[in-house]
Amino acid sequence: MPESMKGLSPEVPFHLGLDLQGGIHLIYRADVSGIQENEISEAMSGLRDVIERRVNFFGVGEPSIQVEKSGNENRLIVELPGIKDIGQAVALIGETPYLEFKTQRPQEETDEILKAQENNERLNEDPYFISTALTGRYLKRANLDFDQTTYQPQISIEFTKEGSDIFAKITKDNIDKPLAIYLDGAPISAPNVREEITGGRAQITGQFTAQEAKELVRNLNSGALPIPIELISQQSVGASLGEEVLRKSIFAGIVGVLAVAVFLLLWYRLVGIVAIFALAIYSSVVLMLFKMIPVTITAAGIAGFILSIGVAVDANILIFERIKEELRNGKNFKSAIPEGFVRAWTSIRDSNISTLITATILYWFGTSIVKGFALTLGVGILVSLFTSFTATRTFLIVADIKGESKIMKFLLGMPKTL
Amino acid sequence: MIKHRKIFYMISGLLVAMSLGVFIVWGLNPAIDFTGGSLLEVEYSQVRPPMNIIKEKVDAQNLGNVLIQPIGEKGFLFRFRDITENEHQALIQTLGEVTQKRFDSIGPIIGKELTRKAWTSIVLVVAMIILFIAYAFRKVSKPVSSWKYGSVAIVALIHDVAIPVGVFCVLGYFYHIEVDILFVTALLTILGFSVHDTIVVFDRVRENLKKGTGKDFEDTVSQSVRQVRGRSIKTSLAILLVLVSLLVFGGETTKYFALTLMLGIVLGTYSSLFLASPLLVTWQKWQERK
Repeated sequence: MPESMKGLSPEVPFHLGLDLQGGIHLIYRADVSGIQENEISEAMSGLRDVIERRVNFFGVGEPSIQVEKSGNENRLIVELPGIKDIGQAVALIGETPYLEFKTQRPQEETDEILKAQENNERLNEDPYFISTALTGRYLKRANLDFDQTTYQPQISIEFTKEGSDIFAKITKDNIDKPLAIYLDGAPISAPNVREEITGGRAQITGQFTAQEAKELVRNLNSGALPIPIELISQQSVGASLGEEVLRKSIFAGIVGVLAVAVFLLLWYRLVGIVAIFALAIYSSVVLMLFKMIPVTITAAGIAGFILSIGVAVDANILIFERIKEELRNGKNFKSAIPEGFVRAWTSIRDSNISTLITATILYWFGTSIVKGFALTLGVGILVSLFTSFTATRTFLIVADIKGESKIMKFLLGMPKTL
Repeated sequence: MIKHRKIFYMISGLLVAMSLGVFIVWGLNPAIDFTGGSLLEVEYSQVRPPMNIIKEKVDAQNLGNVLIQPIGEKGFLFRFRDITENEHQALIQTLGEVTQKRFDSIGPIIGKELTRKAWTSIVLVVAMIILFIAYAFRKVSKPVSSWKYGSVAIVALIHDVAIPVGVFCVLGYFYHIEVDILFVTALLTILGFSVHDTIVVFDRVRENLKKGTGKDFEDTVSQSVRQVRGRSIKTSLAILLVLVSLLVFGGETTKYFALTLMLGIVLGTYSSLFLASPLLVTWQKWQERK
């Protein structure tokens, strides 16, 4: 099968949204205050890479991690579809350590801040230490070892080339002063600098057990975050709920389509059958397009598709009513069909444009839920414009092979007297 | 129906006025999509504990004002302020053996942003639709000029959107039903459909005017309405059928979405036949009198 035809294969699954297959949608705000304006985008893509590595631990089907800029905020959007243990995933991403090296604050500043804090001011400032340029961003690797004399577990870290230079400078400027190591905003140790360290290596010693140290090393290696992040929004749907919504939506769709089919049959009889065939073709074309584009199917998306079936029926009804009118005016069936189509066309076109406008704008501005709806509705309307003029017409012409207008009138549901 | 137009004007006017009234007095009940906040749905594997015990446990978590609602046979739905992941985990712990079915926690910034986006799309859709109406009716001029068709279509549009808003103000006030981003989506879709129905009628008027059908403008319009009414009602029925099935059988998330759309479809059809078309006639008569 050629690549472009892959979407037609029944093996190709529909692309289900998070609300239907279960999963989480997380929005993180990145704190870029410590980064130069021109380095932000690079740092953000670094952040994305790190989170991507972490997320890959969970072995989720198709994780999606995107960097987004909204106003002056830099955000990271993480989507993990089909994940089983949502709580654990959020916790694990959140736990990713943010490593920082800080130097001692001058005494007078410390006093000043402490005094202000007594009056409940400047509460989020650290009175003792000042952040430096050295963060987990410059970490090359971390290892677990044990102190030769105390047998305490300790973590040795190695910086990148750039990091080594910064580290050398910091140590040089701070000889005989403490250099604090912060993890996720909390100090874990503050050893005194004895001399300038140029090799780009350092040890973190602290009061941790071997187990804690091991986890820390793993987390540091899989990615110490280059920028601190904060979770500002999360939406999660359990797999069971997603399944339930999917099952219900599909069922509702089937019932709806069947109801419409019965309705068309009762109202238009034979022509109703034509319309049902046209609808079947319409639905297959739309569903195929959903696979090929591919459109992410959400509950709202299914609603959009179901709604578009109504629109497709509308086009057929407009055409049939026009044909009936032409028949009433004494035209025979052969000339009534093309006439009806031509006359119905302007109405169908003009009336659908307004809905298309709405769908386009919704797609542009919407969140993922709204996008799903807008896309299925929009695709649905475009296809219905197409199929009502190809499929319906062909079927109608085929149905009238004998050209028996009288029978056709009856079948169209028209009173004989007309 | 054109003859009895005053009755329809009164019904529509009253409904719109009432909707406006409840909107001003009660307003809509915005969901956490817009306000920020959290929503947690859990299910117990066996029997759910009594509400007062749960309430005690949850209150101990300092989550501010928590709304607790039993859901299904074994579940609870909680609504509260937006919380951190640690608070979330602590809450789950305290509830005991539960499966988390859904958890949304939306920060106030995201809420504000969504509200802004919603307004932007509303303004854009309305502007584009007005432009489109002006364009679609650019060639019709006699005896009513094209901008009047457009204005009438807009009146119908306001009518079709105002009443569902009113209904949801009432639902929000009495049943705490919230409006989320899908509600806004439904309203915008109604805008599209409302114009859709109105255009089908006006298109017929346009055609009949060209053909010279009817003895005067009023007659032309009533004949046009008679000609398209079958189609309009049938189409609406077809769409209503699918929406009813979505409302009855569909998932929880799209229920009120379907309801909003249903209201819009019914109103859109009604207003195109009983409001927009008679208004054209009224306007034309009023013009003649001058």
